[in-house]
Amino acid sequence: MTMIFGVPMAVFMGQLTLGLVNGAFYALLSLGLAVIFGLLKIVNFAHGAQYMLGAFAALLGFRYLGINYWLALILVPLVIGGLGMLLERFLLRRIAHLDHLYGLLLTFGLALIFEGTLVNLFGVSGARYATPEILQGGLNLGFMFLPTYRAWVLVAALAMCLFTWFMIERTRLGAYLRAGTENSQLMQAFGVNVPLLITLTYGFGVGLAAFAGVLAAPLYPVSPTMGSSLLIVVFAVVVIGGMGSILGAILTGLGMGIIEGLTKVYYPEAANTVIFLVMILVLMLRPAGLFGKEA
Amino acid sequence: MPASTVLKAPTAVAQRQRRANLRRNAFYIALVGVGLVAPFIAYPVFLMKILCFALFACAFNLLLGYAGLLSFGHAAFLATGGYATGYLLASYPGLTPELGILAGTLMATLLGVLFGVLSIRRQGIYFAMVTLALAQLMFFVFIQAPFTGGEDGLHGVPRGELFGVISLRSNLAMYYFVFAIFLLGYALIQRTVHSPFGQVLKAIRENEPRAISLGYNVDAYKLVAFVISAGLAGLAGSTKTVVFQLASLTDAHWHMSGEVILMTLLGGVGTLLGPLMGAGLVVSLQHLLAQSPLGNWVSVILGAIFVVCVLSFRSGIIGELGAIYRKNFK
Amino acid sequence: MTLIKKRLAASIAMAAATAVVATTAQAEISDDEVRIGYLADMSGTYRDLAGPGGLTALEMAVADFGGSVNGAPIVVFSADDRNSADVGANTVREWIDQRNVDMVAGLVASSVTIAVTKVLAENNRLGLVSGSAASSVTNEHCTPNHIHWVYDTYPLANGTAKAVVEQGGDTWFLLTADYAFGHALEADVTSVVEANGGEIVGGVRHPFPTSDFSSYILQAQGSGAKIVGLANAGADTVNAITTASQFGITQSGQQLAGLLIFLNDVHALGLEATQNLLLTTGWYWDMDEQSREWAQRYFDEVGRMPTMVQAGIYSSTMHYLKAVEAAGTDEAQAVREQMASEPINDFFARNGRIREDGRMVHDMYLAQVKTPEASTGEWDLYEILSTIPAEEAYRPLSESQCSLVQN
Repeated sequence: MTMIFGVPMAVFMGQLTLGLVNGAFYALLSLGLAVIFGLLKIVNFAHGAQYMLGAFAALLGFRYLGINYWLALILVPLVIGGLGMLLERFLLRRIAHLDHLYGLLLTFGLALIFEGTLVNLFGVSGARYATPEILQGGLNLGFMFLPTYRAWVLVAALAMCLFTWFMIERTRLGAYLRAGTENSQLMQAFGVNVPLLITLTYGFGVGLAAFAGVLAAPLYPVSPTMGSSLLIVVFAVVVIGGMGSILGAILTGLGMGIIEGLTKVYYPEAANTVIFLVMILVLMLRPAGLFGKEA
Repeated sequence: MPASTVLKAPTAVAQRQRRANLRRNAFYIALVGVGLVAPFIAYPVFLMKILCFALFACAFNLLLGYAGLLSFGHAAFLATGGYATGYLLASYPGLTPELGILAGTLMATLLGVLFGVLSIRRQGIYFAMVTLALAQLMFFVFIQAPFTGGEDGLHGVPRGELFGVISLRSNLAMYYFVFAIFLLGYALIQRTVHSPFGQVLKAIRENEPRAISLGYNVDAYKLVAFVISAGLAGLAGSTKTVVFQLASLTDAHWHMSGEVILMTLLGGVGTLLGPLMGAGLVVSLQHLLAQSPLGNWVSVILGAIFVVCVLSFRSGIIGELGAIYRKNFK
Repeated sequence: MTLIKKRLAASIAMAAATAVVATTAQAEISDDEVRIGYLADMSGTYRDLAGPGGLTALEMAVADFGGSVNGAPIVVFSADDRNSADVGANTVREWIDQRNVDMVAGLVASSVTIAVTKVLAENNRLGLVSGSAASSVTNEHCTPNHIHWVYDTYPLANGTAKAVVEQGGDTWFLLTADYAFGHALEADVTSVVEANGGEIVGGVRHPFPTSDFSSYILQAQGSGAKIVGLANAGADTVNAITTASQFGITQSGQQLAGLLIFLNDVHALGLEATQNLLLTTGWYWDMDEQSREWAQRYFDEVGRMPTMVQAGIYSSTMHYLKAVEAAGTDEAQAVREQMASEPINDFFARNGRIREDGRMVHDMYLAQVKTPEASTGEWDLYEILSTIPAEEAYRPLSESQCSLVQN
């Protein structure tokens, strides 16, 4: 068997593929954070909790209302995104004029509230969400057995990332948004409702987190704490990519997934830590992150 | 006429200054008095816990309140101090507690230099994130290193004899020792804040470009503040380990970094008394909630406090009280 | 003042007790109350294992006992340790200093247990540990002041690994949580597997905690081992099993062996993902008539079936209260001696006895998780395959490092 760096070729390829799947997932989550930070300058520490709420909404929707996976994939981001808009309208807007560290603290508090409440309602063991029939089973890639659902996650997450990037960088609505954050008074003078635009953007970012939550529901046990451990990893991804850079978040997400995947083979003990190491190194060399613009 | 006002003004200012100093000194004396009698009224171990966290919060506040730097990784210093002291005292029975604490503080200070050099040039969110990342690396070290006991924690740290003479086994003796350490740390912070160094720090916080243009080496000032803060956080961790006779991963977890922010924010960022107040409140609250039927809701309640603080009283309890005082009595 | 009085009273009582030791053990119950503290994780990872349900079990025991011992009322305090050793140790220290608590029950996270038992030993109170997994609790960390009631890693690893190797699963790949607990479990399993003629062909130490196990599962698949052993706990185990089922580990001819897995984990994972998993348990609610009867009463109160830990909390509290009654005192050493002198045979424990290292040894059971087709209800999860006799299940005293054991 061909060996790569002391590991059989097949294993190496398999790990790369899995790293890519995880990376697409990181990309999706960090994308939401990047959109919110880039356009609103809010450091959304509730992102992990909102992702968790997405998974829970899918689970409860199925259990009590019989909403299937595909419908949940559309409905849940709308519902949780709507919740996000309420948060923006009634809480975050009131501190928008302050240093954005306050936004970080406020959303951190919100995350504690969401998580604590769900722990009390549903316990911490987590529950299973069934994989949809059509995505069960796996694909034989020759070098590995890839569960169909993971392949779907890769496709869905990348498609969503592309869609978002296109929306913000290439459409008129996106142009309004970027202009609105650059100079909101001028935009307002042109007759654009900037506060509404901001609310919608936050809702969209939260919706992305919820979408990731629904995607994750069949992968991991749905539990109230599923978001908090992921949060700081995703944050690291955003920082490495350059806070607020849409493309940076996507590419870094993919890259970090692969780096983490390879660490799991060569030095598994450090798999949770490697991202932070990369982050420190990157910030030493490029203070604004890989794709960020120096402020 | 203009001449007379010019002559008079300084004396009036000086007089007011003197009166303010007098008031402040009286206030501190009262505070020390309260500290001295407290163990006869409340449970000493509980008070020691408050004092340790108060010192931790004060150290953190020096950085956030006076240098404007939000560190999201201060747990690393608390834990480093704690583990170093715990390990030394547990493995060398001859070592006296004050030396153990000194060593732990030194370790945290050294770590502070390292972290500071790596992070101090970053600003705002980037600074918070770099400190968080560094603290995560330390967490990894603590979970891996053989001497920390990993998940089980480091147990059986003896309280020992202070200077080899006074036994700290009794809670009362221990309390006064901790109280003395707290006063020492507090006085150091107080001196730092009111020194010319502290004034420059505040100038940097308010307007960094201007401080640079005035010729101050801004990074060096920030670094010194960071190292002092780290050292004092380590001192708090070391003391805590001696009091509770153990060190555990809880102290190194990033939630601890979040908790100290909560304490400082609740009490009042940038006030000298705020962190003390905030630490007292948070520790008491956790203590009361843990033993009540509402215990399951402790994180929800802490989260709600965060939200309310940020939304309605950002200057914290002491800050708000100070504002009321200035409005009505001056 | 009261403290001094209490100490004085205690020393007088002690002197009196030694004076009349030949006659009846007529000591007394401190403060005329039996005070019990329940300390457990009420809001974190281990909430469903013991948590509020464990408190209910303890209160059931107190109520069943009649609410008082020899006329002295039983008072229960409870607190959340938030899985933090210093919170746990502080709470217990305060309970002792301020409320003169006699016994502490619950005790889940091993770090909390080890910290708390040190405090208990220093102040001569009793601890009944029901939730902790670490076998070190009665090994290098043993004290004369605590009893480990329900299970520990030794019988879990031993029972499961031995049974699996005997069934032909002689090549193993181990997924180990990378911290002291995982390493200990890994060492235990390795020695059992090798002693029974098996072989460890590979393994990986993953960070604690880990949410995505796909990479490790892939490595396990590549190893060609017949058995993938999970030397981890809680959420890590749950995540590993979920991922393994997605990657079709069982279809490709490998089998999972869970070394530390509880009823609430299996319930959360569902039978689809866990079917045919072999595990060792200290108790199962549906194992016989006695157990079903108690479990049903518990279910009516809580709405979930009890885990072995929750059942153990009831059992240990009951045995404790009986011992206090028989000894006529709540002084820790007298009660412990009394508890050790009585064998334990109740709905929970069979052939139970308390050894000098504080380990309560009792029959353990090898169980297999049912298939979805075989299960008749939400909580119909295990089939008990065989009984591991008490004396074989636990680490023999001859291997003990406990200072209370003469070797």
